[in-house]
Amino acid sequence: MNKLISAVSPHFHSARTTQGIMLDVVIALIPAAIMSVVIFGWRSLAVIFTCVGVCVLSEFLFEKLCKRENTVSDLSAVVTGMLLAFNLPVTIPLWQAAFGSVAAIIVVKQLFGGIGQNFANPAITARIIMMTAFSGAMTNWVAPNLSLSGTVDATSSATPLTLITKGETDALPSYLDMFFGFRGGCLGETCAAALLIGGLYLLFRGVISWHTPVAFIGTVAVMSLICGKDVPYQLLSGGLLLGAIFMATDYSSTPPTKWGKIIFGVGCGLITILIRFWGNFPEGVSFSILLMNILTPAITKLTRPKPLTGGADKL
Amino acid sequence: MKLHGIKVPHHKNTASSAPIRLPLPSVLTVPMSMHIGRPSEPVVKKGDYVKVGQKIAEASAYVSAPVHSGVSGTVLKIDDILISNGQRVPCIVIEPDGLQEISEEVRPPVVTDHKSFVQAVADSGSVGLGGAGFPTNVKLNVRELSEIEAVVINAAECEPYITSDTRTALDKTEYVFKGIDAFRRYMDIHRFIIGIENNKPEAIARLREFADRDSEVEIHVLPSMYPQGGEKVLVYNTMHRLIPKGSLPLDVGAVVINITTMAFLAEYLETGMPLTERCLTLDGSAVKEPKNVIVPVGTPIRELIESAGGLKSEAKKILYGGPMMGIAVPDLDAPVLKNTNAVTVMDEREAAPPKTTPCINCGACLNHCPLRLDPRAIAKAYKQNSGEDLRALQVDLCMECGCCSYVCPAKRPLVQTNKLAKTVVRLQKEKEKAKEEARS
Repeated sequence: MNKLISAVSPHFHSARTTQGIMLDVVIALIPAAIMSVVIFGWRSLAVIFTCVGVCVLSEFLFEKLCKRENTVSDLSAVVTGMLLAFNLPVTIPLWQAAFGSVAAIIVVKQLFGGIGQNFANPAITARIIMMTAFSGAMTNWVAPNLSLSGTVDATSSATPLTLITKGETDALPSYLDMFFGFRGGCLGETCAAALLIGGLYLLFRGVISWHTPVAFIGTVAVMSLICGKDVPYQLLSGGLLLGAIFMATDYSSTPPTKWGKIIFGVGCGLITILIRFWGNFPEGVSFSILLMNILTPAITKLTRPKPLTGGADKL
Repeated sequence: MKLHGIKVPHHKNTASSAPIRLPLPSVLTVPMSMHIGRPSEPVVKKGDYVKVGQKIAEASAYVSAPVHSGVSGTVLKIDDILISNGQRVPCIVIEPDGLQEISEEVRPPVVTDHKSFVQAVADSGSVGLGGAGFPTNVKLNVRELSEIEAVVINAAECEPYITSDTRTALDKTEYVFKGIDAFRRYMDIHRFIIGIENNKPEAIARLREFADRDSEVEIHVLPSMYPQGGEKVLVYNTMHRLIPKGSLPLDVGAVVINITTMAFLAEYLETGMPLTERCLTLDGSAVKEPKNVIVPVGTPIRELIESAGGLKSEAKKILYGGPMMGIAVPDLDAPVLKNTNAVTVMDEREAAPPKTTPCINCGACLNHCPLRLDPRAIAKAYKQNSGEDLRALQVDLCMECGCCSYVCPAKRPLVQTNKLAKTVVRLQKEKEKAKEEARS
């Protein structure tokens, strides 16, 4: 007999799915992935594929082991893998990249309950774990393959932020090289142009809102100006764009409210500046995001919109 | 401040389809509960001969409504049937004789003042024809006429597929404005606001033609943004007044009347023919020829579909109303009700329930809720069975529009959880009240 489905409204749903969102993020990361190959060579791809492969495999095996529903198809592990790879130097030994991937997926994501439940960004946290565990390999920078303005000393391999910290400003690459990513650094963080294209795509697709990146980058710009630093250099160096566009906008570890996002972005910007200018590390984007991740539940609670009760607040 | 909402597909395929009258069904199944309130009380019995417009059930309480026959014929039985909310209610089953003899009871009501006007509205059997089904006379029964500052005529029709209100605006414009005249004369109301979404340019043009001649009528063309036709949303977007939680539009000086209800009332005042038939939109992915049709109230959906051209694929889900707030009917024998503004028939693909995945905390639900609730947090509090948290989150404010569930990329049953959570809060409140009463 033809049995009718009985269900509660709504009977229509938007076409957007978790998988679709993650696919958009992957698409948005592709320009930067291509540029990483242009800038640092084919080994970039080896690092990216290792991280993505191990992330997906870790998720698959862990869920199998715990008899949880398999969520590999939602592509979130692919995103984590790409982001982690983007945060590593191209010279990283592949086994270390694999270790970081396992830490990201199993320790930071799955042990807290899987997608949507992790309080910290898996890629960022894994990067910080790796910086502690493999501090040598994690700061083993190489120079880019080429330079647009020809000012880069081919043997100079330090990142611009390290150079600034050391006061070796003569060896700094030009703004043009900085914008297109021809500088030392993690493999996916250097090309500002590619990251901005990805960011615009995500904005256009409605995957992220402008609040976090604008607040984050804006705070860094304003604070750099106040502190008398070279503003474009501060914006284009380190992992600022990668962090502000792709990691500080992670859904599960950042506030979902508009004002929450602004507070989160400003907080990230301030901590980044504190670490860059006064801390021991040349770069502070990762730490700033992780620290703000911890504050997220409080920020969310603080900025939750007030229901429109029309003054009738009786419970 | 702007109320949030969502963009839904319009699918207004039938907007240019003038309603056609379908042949009489072989049987009429008229439930006693086609409105909000106490079920009506049958006044006929098995074997009685009834005529068109004859009262077959009367209002049983203040919030209730009489029911009239849409056909002439014989009462076969009065039986309990399963209705869409899962309850069993008595139902008068009539076999039409095809003669469509008009009852002697049908004559224009004598209306002279507010009181007789409200009485006439009550006698007409009118309920909110836009889908809500709230007895119209109850809305008009105010102590002081000055309480009503404006009548908001709801022509928003924000649900996908449905165009029956659009057709009223196009085909019964005259009656809409005659209704306005009646409200002006008997209710002493001098501000009328017609709220309509901007995706109905022809209906807007037609209404403008009439409104240009009446200085007390304003037409508010609103963005096509679901749930524009929700009472709270409509009053806010037209009058900039927020109806407080637990209050009625009247508390902010408004009475909201659906445009089809308005046209019906005017027709009733002229002819005395009570609410026995209605225009509805038959559409959906399984319908062969989507169109607007006129059928007597009580027509089984099966016969409605057959005489309107049938289906092109198997029906998997059938709704009273549209896809956003429509109610799934249990089977094809379910009858057309007074407030059935559309019958949506979905094929297997359209009816397939979406796959639910874990919440990713994207915040789409809370950023689209017109009333700024946090469905994510409500779902969590519901899972923890925390009545206190649910009350702090104001879940009982939820108007169940379903924006949250619609936008959720994880396809979580958010509005569904809100409904359950509202029950938790209601039960908790009742318990507290009982405790307090026991103490005193």
